[in-house]
Amino acid sequence: MEEAIPLFQMTGVSKRYGGVRALEAADLAVEPGQIQAILGENGAGKSTLIKIMSGVVAPDAGQLMMHGQPVSFASPAAANKAGIACIFQELSLIPDLSVADNIVISDPPKRFGMIDRKAQRRVAEEALRRAGAEDIHPAALVADLPLSRRQMVEIAKALARNPRILILDEATSALTAADVTKVFSVLKRLRADGMALLFISHRMNEIAELADVCTVFRNGRNVATYAAGTRTDNDVVEMMIGREYSHVFPAKPLRGEAALPPVLECRQLSWTNRLRDISLSVGAGEVVGLGGLDGQGQRELLLALFGVLRGCTGKVLIDGKAVSISSPVTARSHAVGMALIPEDRKTEGLLLPMSVRENLSFSSLDRLSRWGIIDRAAEQIANDEMLQLLEIKTAGLDIPAGALSGGNQQKVVIAKWLMRNPRIILLNDPTRGIDVGTKQELYRLLRRLADRGASILFYSTDYDELIGCCDRVLVFYDGAIRRELAGEEMTEHALVASALNIPGGKATEVRV
Amino acid sequence: MERITGRMPRFLRRADPAVATAFACIVLLLLIGSLYSSSFLSLDYLLLQLKVASFLGIIATGMMLVILLGQIDLSVPWVIGMGAMMACAAAAYGPLGTALAVPFGVLCGLALGLINGVGVAYLRIPSMIVTLATNAVAQGLMIVYTGGFAPRDTATDAMRWLATGALIPGVPNAVLVWALVGGAMVFVLTRTGFGRAVYGIGNSERAAYLSGMSTRRVTMIAFAVSGALAAFGGVLLAGYASKAAQAMGDAYLLPAIAAVVLGGTSILGGRGSYLGTVAGVILITLLQSILSVMQLPEAGRQIIYGAVIIAMLLLYGRAPASR
Amino acid sequence: MRDWRYWLAEQRGTLIAVAIFIAMFIIYISNHQAGLTANVVNTAANKGTLLALVAMAQALVVITAGIDLSVGTIFVLTNCVASYVITGNPFETAAGVALVLLVGLLCGAINGAIVIYGRLQPIVATIGSGAVFFGVALMLRPLPGGTVNETLADAMTGRIFGFMPASLLMLAAIVAVIWVPFRRSVIGRAAYAAGSSEAAAYMSGVPIRRGKFAAYVLAGLLAGIGGLFLTFFTYSGQASTSSASTYTLFSIAAVVLGGVSLYGGKGSAVGAIFGAFAFRTIGDLMFVFDLDALWQPLFQGVILLLAVSFGAIGLLQVRNRLEWFR
Repeated sequence: MEEAIPLFQMTGVSKRYGGVRALEAADLAVEPGQIQAILGENGAGKSTLIKIMSGVVAPDAGQLMMHGQPVSFASPAAANKAGIACIFQELSLIPDLSVADNIVISDPPKRFGMIDRKAQRRVAEEALRRAGAEDIHPAALVADLPLSRRQMVEIAKALARNPRILILDEATSALTAADVTKVFSVLKRLRADGMALLFISHRMNEIAELADVCTVFRNGRNVATYAAGTRTDNDVVEMMIGREYSHVFPAKPLRGEAALPPVLECRQLSWTNRLRDISLSVGAGEVVGLGGLDGQGQRELLLALFGVLRGCTGKVLIDGKAVSISSPVTARSHAVGMALIPEDRKTEGLLLPMSVRENLSFSSLDRLSRWGIIDRAAEQIANDEMLQLLEIKTAGLDIPAGALSGGNQQKVVIAKWLMRNPRIILLNDPTRGIDVGTKQELYRLLRRLADRGASILFYSTDYDELIGCCDRVLVFYDGAIRRELAGEEMTEHALVASALNIPGGKATEVRV
Repeated sequence: MERITGRMPRFLRRADPAVATAFACIVLLLLIGSLYSSSFLSLDYLLLQLKVASFLGIIATGMMLVILLGQIDLSVPWVIGMGAMMACAAAAYGPLGTALAVPFGVLCGLALGLINGVGVAYLRIPSMIVTLATNAVAQGLMIVYTGGFAPRDTATDAMRWLATGALIPGVPNAVLVWALVGGAMVFVLTRTGFGRAVYGIGNSERAAYLSGMSTRRVTMIAFAVSGALAAFGGVLLAGYASKAAQAMGDAYLLPAIAAVVLGGTSILGGRGSYLGTVAGVILITLLQSILSVMQLPEAGRQIIYGAVIIAMLLLYGRAPASR
Repeated sequence: MRDWRYWLAEQRGTLIAVAIFIAMFIIYISNHQAGLTANVVNTAANKGTLLALVAMAQALVVITAGIDLSVGTIFVLTNCVASYVITGNPFETAAGVALVLLVGLLCGAINGAIVIYGRLQPIVATIGSGAVFFGVALMLRPLPGGTVNETLADAMTGRIFGFMPASLLMLAAIVAVIWVPFRRSVIGRAAYAAGSSEAAAYMSGVPIRRGKFAAYVLAGLLAGIGGLFLTFFTYSGQASTSSASTYTLFSIAAVVLGGVSLYGGKGSAVGAIFGAFAFRTIGDLMFVFDLDALWQPLFQGVILLLAVSFGAIGLLQVRNRLEWFR
């Protein structure tokens, strides 16, 4: 018997975003009638992989084949036509249309040129039933549904297209436990019907229950494909971590057991259902990391501390005194002295079309001006100081910030806050998408700032970085601090294991 | 002189292609005009044009501030009318009223602008809607007022002097006033924290807010200034025409927006220089003047206006293609 | 079935507009000297229909998250064209009507092309195109004048069976022939989807550009029908600045009252119709309460200001302040 041609195959696919490689010569083969799990750390290239498969982005190099025939998808619609449906992490539903409208959106049933609403209703009901979501009314507006129901609609929408390949990208992360059970039985039935399923999840127990084949991605490459159940959790974690490059991290100061005086404290901080009873304290000169999977409440914590979120309960104390921070204006004031390096430097950190000079001094204008008039000499001095301190490489202060490289842009964002000499620095994944050299400069800078007495709260999706930079790491899961790791306990293994919420702390026993 | 030439290179380097295009169009218009009439390039004619332009210039200054924020002020027409009529009306109340006529008119515009600002900044209503609504309110107020009280509508001497007098022989006061207002705006935009905040909010209100700017207050003040300047423009127009009329502002909304946008200020906010607005104002004024020299009727003027604006924007004001 | 609840939720904006209109109309009629006579109803219907047509046009564009500041000028331009061509025998009259509608359609297509294919912001694009449209109107009718086939005009503005205003029947026919098919077509759904979330619409393979373009073109057509009806009403044409700007302003007011979201994707042209009638009735309330007509514009302005401020209540529910900056 000759070797069967896979239903879908990609070979040597690469994709770069600016200077950052997301996928590097990745290969993947997908077979009908089986559930294939894709595993990998944050930023291992999983999202890019499925974006390419579903036509959202075009690959830079490599080939896609369906039934052995080369194909290319110019748009999501083209991938749909070829039989690939994807359930995205960021929902692709249109909020102001009804559930039924959304389910049939790409190819509504027609009668006399108009959309046949009765047929649409039938299709939608059938799709919802297949997805195990009969409780959702097809006439309901998507905007009125809670997140977990929307996710089910998204699944029904994908099923309504009768795809041959169904991709689920973290599709279960927003679901309730009861939904997960239903969705799993649906997926198993689809597998029996001969559909190919790609399943991306961070939950190991789900993978163990569902997958027939597992593929591990690391640094944009497919590093292993194996039959499910042939490796232990520990093996999988090892494969996900790998050891391709290692950063040089600055030495951490040795401290005695004596507790540092806390500068920033919060007690039972909660916000909607995204933050649950967060209590922590950060001392002067301490770098505290926030770990865990992406989206477990770390960003919300930083925004809550910075006064952006409304309706937080609990207490925030600065130097032991309770404060109420209701806006970034208060947060940056002298009494609090807080700075936030935001998540997205392009829309939240920088004003890209404006000059480097204007960006650098933007947060400090109140200090650089008298009677509202900017003291240009003082501004120049402060800017020069920052350029030197962070070694920002720029053709001049008057070029637009958007013209700088990613790493230098991020340095500008940090510099604009350092200009205020903040005592508390909150960093929201500051090394995302910047080159290794700049990363190392940032690590040294963080340590230097801490040594000068700053308290730093550092969220990163890169575990290596957390271990290298932080004195302690708080691991988040589902809006709460699940575990605190310090000193010798801080291993990549322990971090990954507690982030995945694998029960038991035995992971620390195993070293690479 | 030395200093100015010394600064020229940087000044030119930073010049937006849009501003350069606008100035090129001005030169082109002057050349076309001189074909029709030799007096077109005379100093007297140019000064006259500048005087006519100054009213639009003052109104466009406020509009520019709001557009830089990424918003728009559609209440300009009736704020102009209101400013003019209230200034004239104040003069009916004895010498004190006469003395305070100009500030009173401006104050009325400021108040209306403040309503716009509160609506946009604090209630977060789209600026287009709030300003349309306040325009309707201003119109309603003025109709009630003129209908019910038959008020005084002649301009005071001070208003006339501001608009038509000449403090420096040969240079109309209106031009001086525009120069002062424009100079102040340049100073505010380039040298103050407020100006930086305006550009910052226009580029990304999110980033400005996260940088610790009081973005709502800045937005509110910008709308108040826009209202005040529109009313001031109205006061001057009343001085120019010696009297206030109800619908006198209607003809200024489109030219004000057009002048700002043709001067290279992005309608989405965050980008633009006052120099561009000056170019835009002169461009619009010259265009009007030439169309009237060519004895084109109002109809032709409107068509050419609209067509020129769209054509120029298609040349350099397009949004980036999606994907 | 729980269907009606979802229907209610979807039509909430429209239903509120209907409720406001009914309440206003009851107040209006119960205080009117003549009471509920066919004549009073007919006059109200004619005035309301004029605004309703322009408001429907505005609603179509607003649904795509755009704005059309040229609806008033298309309305005036088609009025001027109509005052020339709608005369003579029935055949000539019909050709004239077709020509007027074509002019409206063309204006809408120009707007759509500039906004979608020229990638200009709707607000500046339609300010510019509005100036052109108004210039053409001014060329045609600098002074009031012209004629219209009076038989047709009287039939369209009169009553049928002695009580039913013909204008309302026409409006219903327009809804049935233009709005309903649009709403139920793939193109119409694309317009909604593009207005609601352009990124999600793209991900779902929706024909965004065609949907938006169709919305602009149909808006031109509806404004053209409005201009036609204005000619029936006044027997003449006039390039009036004030009616152009008034109708543009009122169309936006009617759309807001009619529950169409200015952020796009929400609302319907039917809501805009009731918004228009409600807005007209509010304006006319002044008369029945014997207040000076002078107060009417102020009253309308204040109502509009209050109506839009009412929408700000949603702000109180925002938990993450970053959501202010969309």
